[in-house]
Amino acid sequence: MPSGAGSHNPAGIGRSLPERGLLLLMVLVFLEGSVLPLGAASSPDIRHQENVDNHKAADPGHNFTKKAFPVLDLDYKHIQTPFEISLWVLLASLMKLGFHLIPRLSSIVPESCLLITVGLLVGGLIKLAGEQVPPVLDSRLFFLCLLPPIILDAGYFLPIRPFMENLGTILMFAVVGTLWNAFFIGGLLYAVCQIQPANPNPLHAMELLPCLLFGSIISAVDPVAVLAVFEEIHINELLHILVFGESLLNDAVTVVLYHLFEEFAGAGTVTVMDGVLGVISFLVVALGGVLVGAIYGILSAFTSRFTSHTRVIEPLFVFVYSYMAYLSAEMFHLSGIMALIACGAVMRPYVEANISHKSHTTIKYFLKMWSSVSETLIFIFLGVATVDGPHAWNWTFVTVTVILCLVARVIGVVGLTYVINQFRIVKLTTKDQFIIAYGGLRGAIAFSLGFLLDKNHFPMREMFLTAIITVVFFTVFVQGMTIKPLVELLAVKKKQEAKRSINEEIHTQFLDHLLTGIEDICGHYGHHHWKDKLNRFNKKYVKKCLIAGERSKEPQLIAFYHKMEMKQAIELVESGGGVKLPSAVPSTVSMQNIQPKKPPPAKPAERALPQLPKGREEEIRKILRSNLQRTRQRLRSYNRHTLVADPYEDGFGDLLLKKQRMIELEKKIKDMSNYLTVPAAPPDSPTMCRARLASGKDTDFKPAQQQKGSKVCPDPQAYSMKQGSDGVPTIHVDLASPQSPDSVNLMDEFRQASQQQEKDEDQGLMMKPPSRPTGRRKPGETDADKDQQKLMRCLSDPGPSAEEDEDEDEPFLP
Amino acid sequence: MGASQTRTESKYQDLADRTGFSPEQIKNLHKRFQHLSGNEDTISRANLNSIPALANNPIKKQIIEAFFDKRNQHQDEVGSFGEIGFEQFLMVMSHFRPPTLKTTEEEKEALRKEKLRFLFNMHDTDNDGTITLEEYRKVVEELLSKSGAIGLEAAKAIADAAMLEVASTNVPHMAPDDFYEGITFEHFEQILQGLEMESRMHIRFLDVDTTTMRCGKSTS
Repeated sequence: MPSGAGSHNPAGIGRSLPERGLLLLMVLVFLEGSVLPLGAASSPDIRHQENVDNHKAADPGHNFTKKAFPVLDLDYKHIQTPFEISLWVLLASLMKLGFHLIPRLSSIVPESCLLITVGLLVGGLIKLAGEQVPPVLDSRLFFLCLLPPIILDAGYFLPIRPFMENLGTILMFAVVGTLWNAFFIGGLLYAVCQIQPANPNPLHAMELLPCLLFGSIISAVDPVAVLAVFEEIHINELLHILVFGESLLNDAVTVVLYHLFEEFAGAGTVTVMDGVLGVISFLVVALGGVLVGAIYGILSAFTSRFTSHTRVIEPLFVFVYSYMAYLSAEMFHLSGIMALIACGAVMRPYVEANISHKSHTTIKYFLKMWSSVSETLIFIFLGVATVDGPHAWNWTFVTVTVILCLVARVIGVVGLTYVINQFRIVKLTTKDQFIIAYGGLRGAIAFSLGFLLDKNHFPMREMFLTAIITVVFFTVFVQGMTIKPLVELLAVKKKQEAKRSINEEIHTQFLDHLLTGIEDICGHYGHHHWKDKLNRFNKKYVKKCLIAGERSKEPQLIAFYHKMEMKQAIELVESGGGVKLPSAVPSTVSMQNIQPKKPPPAKPAERALPQLPKGREEEIRKILRSNLQRTRQRLRSYNRHTLVADPYEDGFGDLLLKKQRMIELEKKIKDMSNYLTVPAAPPDSPTMCRARLASGKDTDFKPAQQQKGSKVCPDPQAYSMKQGSDGVPTIHVDLASPQSPDSVNLMDEFRQASQQQEKDEDQGLMMKPPSRPTGRRKPGETDADKDQQKLMRCLSDPGPSAEEDEDEDEPFLP
Repeated sequence: MGASQTRTESKYQDLADRTGFSPEQIKNLHKRFQHLSGNEDTISRANLNSIPALANNPIKKQIIEAFFDKRNQHQDEVGSFGEIGFEQFLMVMSHFRPPTLKTTEEEKEALRKEKLRFLFNMHDTDNDGTITLEEYRKVVEELLSKSGAIGLEAAKAIADAAMLEVASTNVPHMAPDDFYEGITFEHFEQILQGLEMESRMHIRFLDVDTTTMRCGKSTS
């Protein structure tokens, strides 16, 4: 789709005026909503003719010259379909963009409402222009193209933990609740249709089965609508997962009911046997969907095990396998939505462990992008289809439907909650019930299902569609718009925005084990016990098969820690190389502050940093920076098929390795001497603190500073000093974590250099390099060791102007 | 136990008032207690140690220790018991009671504090009111103790990072010479705010006797 737009744009600029004009006009249509009918068309057959005529009329001056070789040709037909699809996508994106430019509007009205309105406008324009409105919300298009991205996005990022914890409740709402809704609405509708003897309207002709079919279509809560509204109101996790989970899982019920009633409506009679078959069919549809999804999920995870050499196509596997899961499930009339959810949820933990960080980001962005475009398109199409649809407005039917929908939902939720609360430990309060009932939005799935109905079997199809659209509009507009103020009014607990901290992660795990342990002591096997069993099975067998290499053995906590560390490092890089502290650690507290105090330093006087002449400090800083720049540039070679060597991966692995070494080293040091931990950082340098924090030890530069001295006078400190110095991780880690790849390389260069020069030094992670160039450049300098300190500070603080001196000559690295 | 039926009944009622368990739950737990202790009046560490299901729990030691911790008995005592009776056992268990629909906000707050205090006490092994870095490292090490060699090294780094996080969220500005002694209870509360302990730290205590249920199943 994007390629259509992309390829067209340059052509428009380079070629004929008319074509350019056309493009301009189309953009104008979208931006201003002018009366021109050109933009809105997606089905090739209808629009095509008119467009071609248009050009024929505009073109003759250019094109109708002779039979000579056509220098310029216009073949709109050739690109029509992709072009129009691109235009729709463009329209959707522009609309989304536009709404967020007007914050006041989007804070009052939910996006879904605005989009439907836009759809209505566009549809109206098309109609005004005398065109036939394309059947945009065609069921095939909807179910095969628009729906899967949204569901995959939901499934892949499904918060597994709350979902599993509330699975019983969700299933209750999704299965029993939907069944109740379908039969209640269907049954009462039928009753209402029968009790108007005086009224000569077509409602009399309604039979029970079409009513029930309609009930089953209209009763399902729509995931797309729920997502769109709930994402804006930031409700707490429990309510979100209850409503959203219900909307996802009720798909199986809807599918079965739909097919069941559709089938029987043709046949006319239903026997008990059919009912039993229906129940079995429900189980098959639901479990089959989950099974298909899980199989593809495992396949996807297994495939991602081997992608370490072709990182570029990693994200593709996720998308393709999921889509295939969806299609395979649909093929057997299983629940495609459940298959997608299962696929996403199953593959995610393993895939994430296997793929690179960049691929993960790609997956995240693609899913979000696709789902948000799909969502936007669905709502716009809903609007267009409303204008288009052959409507059969029947006051009684529509009003009764809307009222029944509301009543059924409320009764269903209250009744079910009463039952569920007998079993739940965290009970659902009245407020919760209200929000669950109120959040039961209907949406495009219902409409598409209604659209699928066969006109021959269901003469009331148009009335159904009208009623469905009314219900959808009612829920999306009235409920969607009022739910936000209501949430505020009722003071329903909101979601906390805070990121997950490492402490929380530790305690989540701790709590899991604790509760499992307590359950074991109590001697009964609750769900913690089974979860623990499952986890252990997962760790022991499944992970080994699906995750490549070392990471399969990595406990969750460590994985989390690595992820967090990486995030911080990336944040640091993005914030400009250490100018700003990462938000996770927004303070001046450093490792040193939490380490147990060691005896005071031997020479407290040396703690203060000696002053360097301002000019020199600047000079050194520049040198270091340009070196950094150079190494960084070296990595930026572009290749179409392989990404640039993933800096975070490689650098990060390296970093971890070095860190491990450092930890060992620290242990050694600890046994040796007290003189090691001299707090030396000037309080004004936050990066230093950061460095110290990242290195996991309190480092100071005194040992390094004293290296010279240690060579001269071999006092008992000497050895330990050296140890300290070669363990000085300040610079290394500080560089490595914010600017991973480069700095690691830089580090290595440094190290090589220093090894050349000072053979007698240890091999560790020394901070030698700065001292070497300094010494070489100004050999006579007596306080070179003190400069070294300064240098380190410079190095660890590239400053905000890191980019300005690329052309600086750097005399100090060979 | 020579107690007569009525005496045990009234004893159950008394315990129920103090711990908040229902008499049925207490009866269940008592059965389990007797099973664990081998029909003794008290239970020892060895008894708990021998529970097979606990064998794989990485924090088994802490869990067992928590049962013998006097601080968890609400009686302002410190130190640890050698053996505990049923009452103490129940007291410890009462920390894992779920909140009910009727709990008010204040009660919830108290419940949360109580649960957090329990956790805090598990970490604060020397009872000095703070979780020091050493103690915290120990906790993480135990957590990762089942994951082999990588665990130990990473544990330290994780504990350090976690400690740093606590320090930086609670005392945002520290001079380099300042020393953060450890996590106090207030800070502990602060950092675990997001976890909603009051609704999470609980298990389901059975109202019905499982053993009789099993019997019922076999007979019916």
